[in-house]
Amino acid sequence: MIADIRTVMWKERKSLFRQQGSRVRILLTLLIPMIMVAIWFPWQMGTDWVEGYESLFSVLAPMMMVLLTVPDSFAGERERHTLSTLLASRLPDRAIFFGKLAVSIGLGFGMMIIVLLLSLVTVNIVHWDGHVMLYSYRVVLVDLAFSLILSVLIASAGVLISLRASTVQDAQQMLGAAVMVPPMVIGVVLLALHEQIAGVWGDLDIIYVVLIVMAVLVVACAGLLAAAMARFQRARLILS
Amino acid sequence: MGLAVTDAAIRIDNLTRDFGSVRALNGLSLEVPSGIVFGFLGPNGSGKTTTIHLLLGLLEPTNGRAEVLGFDTVKQGDAIRARTGALLEHAGLYEQLSAEANLEFYGRIHRLPAGERQSRIKELLTQFGLWERRQDRVVKWSRGMKQKLAIARALLHRPSLVFLDEPTAGLDVVAATAVREDLAALAASEGVTIFLTTHNMAEAEKLCRRVAVIRQGKLLAVGHPDELRKRTSGPRVEIIGRGFSQDALNLLRGRPEVAAVESQDNRLSVYLRVPVGVAPLISLLVGAGVEVEEIIKDKASLEEIFLMLMEEET
Repeated sequence: MIADIRTVMWKERKSLFRQQGSRVRILLTLLIPMIMVAIWFPWQMGTDWVEGYESLFSVLAPMMMVLLTVPDSFAGERERHTLSTLLASRLPDRAIFFGKLAVSIGLGFGMMIIVLLLSLVTVNIVHWDGHVMLYSYRVVLVDLAFSLILSVLIASAGVLISLRASTVQDAQQMLGAAVMVPPMVIGVVLLALHEQIAGVWGDLDIIYVVLIVMAVLVVACAGLLAAAMARFQRARLILS
Repeated sequence: MGLAVTDAAIRIDNLTRDFGSVRALNGLSLEVPSGIVFGFLGPNGSGKTTTIHLLLGLLEPTNGRAEVLGFDTVKQGDAIRARTGALLEHAGLYEQLSAEANLEFYGRIHRLPAGERQSRIKELLTQFGLWERRQDRVVKWSRGMKQKLAIARALLHRPSLVFLDEPTAGLDVVAATAVREDLAALAASEGVTIFLTTHNMAEAEKLCRRVAVIRQGKLLAVGHPDELRKRTSGPRVEIIGRGFSQDALNLLRGRPEVAAVESQDNRLSVYLRVPVGVAPLISLLVGAGVEVEEIIKDKASLEEIFLMLMEEET
């Protein structure tokens, strides 16, 4: 199984970004969030970026990466008429599924590390006070954990959407809406209820809030991943 | 027909598949012997592709069962897919990758060791005349070259059975002939069983030792093309000349050995019930005022047999 996953990853690494125009489109789409989270936010937030949990904004970059690559990998395989031949091969469904997912999530995770390093450089250059500023290990762990959980969450949603969408572009647009709308709704609710929330959570250490949010995301992530795995089966895919 | 223990690559027993209210395959029973090119003929929408999907274990039958290389298609689809190659409706090539990378990927899928993978890729690309273009991205290739590459991919892991779903569909005459010739040579050199679906009768006639004809999911006939000829029509005589009047044709139709007569311009096709001498028929025509220039004894083409079977079914 591991060898099969690696085979799918080999192909994904070679073929991702090679579609006509997709390399330029993806790079341009990633450029804005990269500039925001690697330069603009750390520039504006200064030392808070490394000392608090403000660097969590960096997850925007891996989220965008997964949002762009998962539809290309799953809906693209069907749009380009390569899926049925792949399904007629000896590869198990799970190897195709996890091989594709692993490349997108791996790229997102790599991007998160690059953004964390670039933003650290930005803070140290712009807000230099005579000594090198570094993230605490707790901040790095939380950032990386959030990046991973959100990437898997979006990737799983991406698989489910890609299997229903007719084209890569449709899948990317639908996934974009699915990723952006819930945080906006939650943001509006939090703003409206901020006094009540402050009353209940006011005395709580921020790390506990982070952990609670993380736990909720893990549950959602597990549910979506299970649904995506159940949907990604030969007998269903060949009819799609 | 029950599933007998034979040296068959494929055994199909009463296979039926419904898609909602549409019956795509209707009680198909068939055996495909090992080591031959087997033609599966039928018009568009007759159930050919559905049959391949069922045999590869990609779809489950509504009723009936099938075995491929001795493996049950429902329970042992993995084993079937590991031992077979397939060129389905679409070539299924990664067009932004090179030809070599496409084959490398499928070589890895089938776990060919690196050295064997490289030599096999070289062997197949050379056989198909594609070796010099191996580094090109496939998107730049002609449709004929892509089809050849897709066939090479299906043969890469030396499968004992290959499914080819209309491999020459959409190709121009030159490309289709080239693919057909390569297929014939490969079938001979590799010794594989080829399950070939097509609606090109000339292709089936050239390549296939046995053919099955299917329409609307039902099997109409199966056998060697010559067997089908015997079953559906007797010998045929083509008479070229002038003055094929209605009286002359009626005289011919009245003869007991004549099954059917078709006339077109200065050409007359006479279908006989049994192989008999044609001299009495020619005398009859000359007596009726026909000027005979040429007489050709031949047999019905597979295309004509196919059309006859379709007409019988209708």
